[in-house]
This record gives sequence, C-alpha cells and structure tokens, in this order.
Amino acid sequence: MSKIFLTDTTLRDGSHTVSHKWNTDDVKKIVTALDAAGIDLIEVGHGDGLTGSTINYGFADYDDFEIVRAASSAIKNAKLTVLLIPGIGTVEDLKKAQECGAKAVRVATHVTEADVSEQHIKAAKKMGMFTVGFLMMGHMASVEKIVEEAKKMESYGADVVYCTDSAGAMLPVNVKEKISALVKNLSIPVGHHSHNNLGLAIGNSLAAIEAGATYIDGSLSGLGAGAGNTATDVLVAVMNKMNIEHNADLFKTMDASTNALLPVLEAKGVKANTNLDTMILGYAGCYSSFLLHARRAALRFNVDVREILIECGRRKAVGGQEDWIIEIASDIAKLKR
Amino acid sequence: MEKLKAGIIGPGNIGIDLMMKIKRSPYLETRCVVNIKESEGLDIARDMGADASAGGVDYMIENHPDLDIVFDATSASAHVKAAPKLKQAGYFTIDLTPAAVGPYCVPTVNLTEEMLNMDNVNMVTCAGQATVPVVAAINKVADVVYAEVVSSISSKSAGPGTRANIDEFTVTTRQALEQVGGADKAKVIIVLNPAEPPIFMRNTIYTKVKNTDIEAIRSAVEDCVRELNTFVPGYKILLEPIIQNDIVTTMIQVEGLGDYLPVYSGNLDIITSAAVNIAEKKAQQLARRAK
Repeated sequence: MSKIFLTDTTLRDGSHTVSHKWNTDDVKKIVTALDAAGIDLIEVGHGDGLTGSTINYGFADYDDFEIVRAASSAIKNAKLTVLLIPGIGTVEDLKKAQECGAKAVRVATHVTEADVSEQHIKAAKKMGMFTVGFLMMGHMASVEKIVEEAKKMESYGADVVYCTDSAGAMLPVNVKEKISALVKNLSIPVGHHSHNNLGLAIGNSLAAIEAGATYIDGSLSGLGAGAGNTATDVLVAVMNKMNIEHNADLFKTMDASTNALLPVLEAKGVKANTNLDTMILGYAGCYSSFLLHARRAALRFNVDVREILIECGRRKAVGGQEDWIIEIASDIAKLKR
Repeated sequence: MEKLKAGIIGPGNIGIDLMMKIKRSPYLETRCVVNIKESEGLDIARDMGADASAGGVDYMIENHPDLDIVFDATSASAHVKAAPKLKQAGYFTIDLTPAAVGPYCVPTVNLTEEMLNMDNVNMVTCAGQATVPVVAAINKVADVVYAEVVSSISSKSAGPGTRANIDEFTVTTRQALEQVGGADKAKVIIVLNPAEPPIFMRNTIYTKVKNTDIEAIRSAVEDCVRELNTFVPGYKILLEPIIQNDIVTTMIQVEGLGDYLPVYSGNLDIITSAAVNIAEKKAQQLARRAK
C-alpha cells in the first residue's frame, strides 16, 4: 500500500470543540508536540477557516493570523496549513496567512460547488502554497457528481483533492466507492476526512486507505466537531499494525494527546473523550482486563504502561495471565536502570 | 410621455430579466441589447423588438448614441473596460457587476438627485440590495457598530460570474454595508445551497447595536420592508428582529417575481428590480426637468 500523509486538524476542526477558544500558548504547545511526532501537515485556525470568527460561527479570542504566527514559531518540519472556505474567507486573507507562516491551504466548498474555489486554488498555487481541494459533505453527492467536482479542483491546479465526510454520515462502503472512483479518475492524490458521529471514523479512514487515498485527516484524541474526527493517535497505531508506511511516531503522537492536548483541554473545562491506554490493548493484542493491572504495575515500578502492554502482547500472554504483568513491569524497570 | 431609451450589455440571466421588467415599465423601453457573441439572450431581445447585436459595447455606441440609460450586466472586469467608453458616449450607466466604478447605490437608502446626475452608479450585489436597507434602518435608530450578513442562495441562481468572483461578491457587499448601511464594521458570508427544489434567497442579518430599544428597531425594519415592497413585492421578514444582549438578529427572504428567472431567484430579482427602480427615478427626474 502507498505511503500515507497525515494532516492533523486538532487545532482547526478541534477548534469547534473548544468554541474556537485556543490561545497562542495552547497552539504553540500542541503544534510543538505534533511536529515532534512527525505529522505531515498541521492545520490551525478557526473551525470555519480564515475569518470564520463571527457571530454566526462563534468568535475566537485570537484572530487567525495571530494563531498562524504562533504556530509558525513552533513548527520545524510539518507544513503549516490553513482552511479557506470561499464565501467566508478571501484570497486577501490567504495572503495574510501566508505572510504569517502558512505553507499549505485547504480550499473547501460544498461537494457540488467546486467552481467557487477556482479563484482561490489558482491564487494559492500562484503564491507557491501546497493546495488541497476539500469537498465537504461528501455524503450528499453521487459518485459521478463528486468525481465531476473533484476534476474541476484538479483542473484549477489542486495538489490533492479530499472527499470530506463533514457530517460523519458515510459508511465504509460509501467511502470505498467514492474514493475508488476519485483515485481512478484523477491524476492527483486523493484524501479523506472523517467524523466519528456513527462511530465509523477509523473504519472509514481504513476504507479510504484501502481504496487508494493517500492523505488522511485526524485529530489528537479525536477532537473535532460533532463526535470528533478520526483520532490521529489511533490511526497511527492501526496503520502500524497494518504495516502501512507513514511519517508519524506512535508514542510521540500519543504523548501529544496526553501531555500537550489534555492539560490544555482540562484548563478549559473540556473533557476529551479519550483513553489511549485502552487503545494500546488493541494495538498490542492484550486481554482487555489487563488494563487496570498494567496501570497499577506501571505506577508501582515507575514504567510506561504502554511498554508493559506491548511486552505482554509480544510474549503472547493469554487471558488469565495477569500475573505476568508484574514480572514484565519489573523487567522493564530493571532494564531502565 | 416618451419613454427613456435603454440599452443592455450582457443578455444573460440578469440582462434578460431586466428586459422583461423594462417591458412592464411605463417609463422605459429597451432599444438595444449587445453581447460579445450570438446567444439565446440576443434572440429574446430581437423577439422583443430591440436591436440586438453580437458587436458588443462598440456597436451600441456607434449605432445608438441617443440611449438615455445603459445597464451593464456583464462582469466586473468587462465593466471596468467598458466604463470609460460608456462615459464618453454620455450614457447614464447602471452597473450591475461588482466593479464599483461609480458609487454604490441602494435606492431606498442613498439614491439622491445628485446621484442621478452622475454618469455611473453601481448596484453593489444582490446580497447588498437585500441587506443594506435593513442595516441602514437599524443603524438610524440603534447605531450599528458591527453588521454581519449570512446570505444563502440556491446554487441554480448563482451564475458563473458570481461563482468565479465570490471574493468580489463578499468584499463589495461588506463595503456597502459599511459605506451605505452605516455599520462601523461588517462581515459578509455567502453560502450556496444545491437543494432541490431550489431554496429562496434568505439573509440573516446580525447587528451589534449601541441602542438596544428593540421596539424602535422593529418598527424601523417594518418601515424599511414596506418601502422595499413597492418594487420588490416578494421581500419579506422571516424572523422579526430579536435581541440578545446587544446583538439583533433579523431574517429576511426574497421571492422573485418569476419574470425570466424562477421565483426562487429572489437574489437576481432584487438587483434587477432595484436597477429598474433607479432608471425609473432617472426618467421621472428628466420629465420634471422638461416641464
């Protein structure tokens, strides 16, 4: 399978979850962690894109350009990305964002209205930006229609086109059908962005990858509008299990969630719907009741719970062998010394 | 009374709708319609008895130097090129593109005798014609510090010109909300909705006001709608002004007359109706002078 490029949208789609109240320190902290984790594109800004801060969508405390500047100061490797929805933001706004450090843009339209993006995609390419066409509400158009609209974006010069499941309404079979058709009919890479409203975000992301998509969106701990996006951390774990090539580091992506995002959310009184230890059970293939035992052992021996569970999986512990956890934790602690 | 002689540049959706409205007007008649290529719009113009040509602006100026009024329904870039020629020909030009060569004109708000004496006035955008009057009405009684408009139009009624120039559309509308509507600052959002059957044009108008007397605001908005109804009968309030803290929310819908474009195209109807309204005012002005 082809290499997958990840776009993390914790600081853009996730803005909806915090009512667009990221501050510049939050942004620097989370961007630093995502960048260290090897995420390819990091998207920041108001949930509704450049200049989305309005009565209609909710006011942000910081304008998009301050946010982009803060992110730019913290980023080393990833492409700093902004969202531009024609009809809300303009080419002028994009120019300002570029001056503040944005390197990539996703130009988003409703799935049937790609022609309103011509002006913006062409301008972004002329400005030398990596440009993604983002067809939103992908569930609302037929396969033929989405191909037709994606081809328009390709003709304007887009580097990638996305089928975006903004409503979290698509089933894996729909994702597969649409992504396959796009891959077949376009000569540029195809991407997918999902929402977990039906609990299908990861499943849909995999369906997209299997159908040939090479750009996939996620957000830390699955933050994002509605039930959130595909959790970047979970996606990295699943891709590792499938031996799919990508640039992200699993533990560092999880750490970005646990050490950067969660404290910021807690300070805002927002509870993230995350339980990354449990994800490692699945990742390592451990009996599920090992979880609490492993957490206790991690505390007792001062080791990383993830390492304990991964080692349990590697040693092929089966149900009932909770006693192994103590031994493994003790071994890891010894190795560390 | 002799009717004023009108010319139309660009017989697309807007141009054809203009022809049909002009046909009903006691003050105006369409003498010449030009395009840059043969089109259905030119055939319609011929059927209606106008001299129609694919010879563009130059044909119009050469063959119809006596036109009183010219409507330009092309595109911003085309109008920028045509404007100096139209001026030299001595026409009173009503520009329906977002080019804004002349001043923004929203007839119920800022149309003056002086403006009628100019050579070029600009019709802003459909969203501008639909929302500037409400913002101006609220501003008069409540002092608007910020106006925000969310304009949804059916995909079918957004022509290729609007689609290719959506930035000009939002920026021009914003500027008119500030300069004509009187908001200190403004923001415009446009959303295209492809639903079938097509939705009517609807506009949500948020205003942040200094004076929160909601009764005064409501009555100002009612007066404004009554005045607009004299030439846009399908303009109506969906949600009368409601207030939360200092933010007033008003929603309006525009149903078109169904002349050339179906009734859902209220967005196009309101701009052609406003343009014809200005042309008729010009005719009345000239008639007064003749007396």
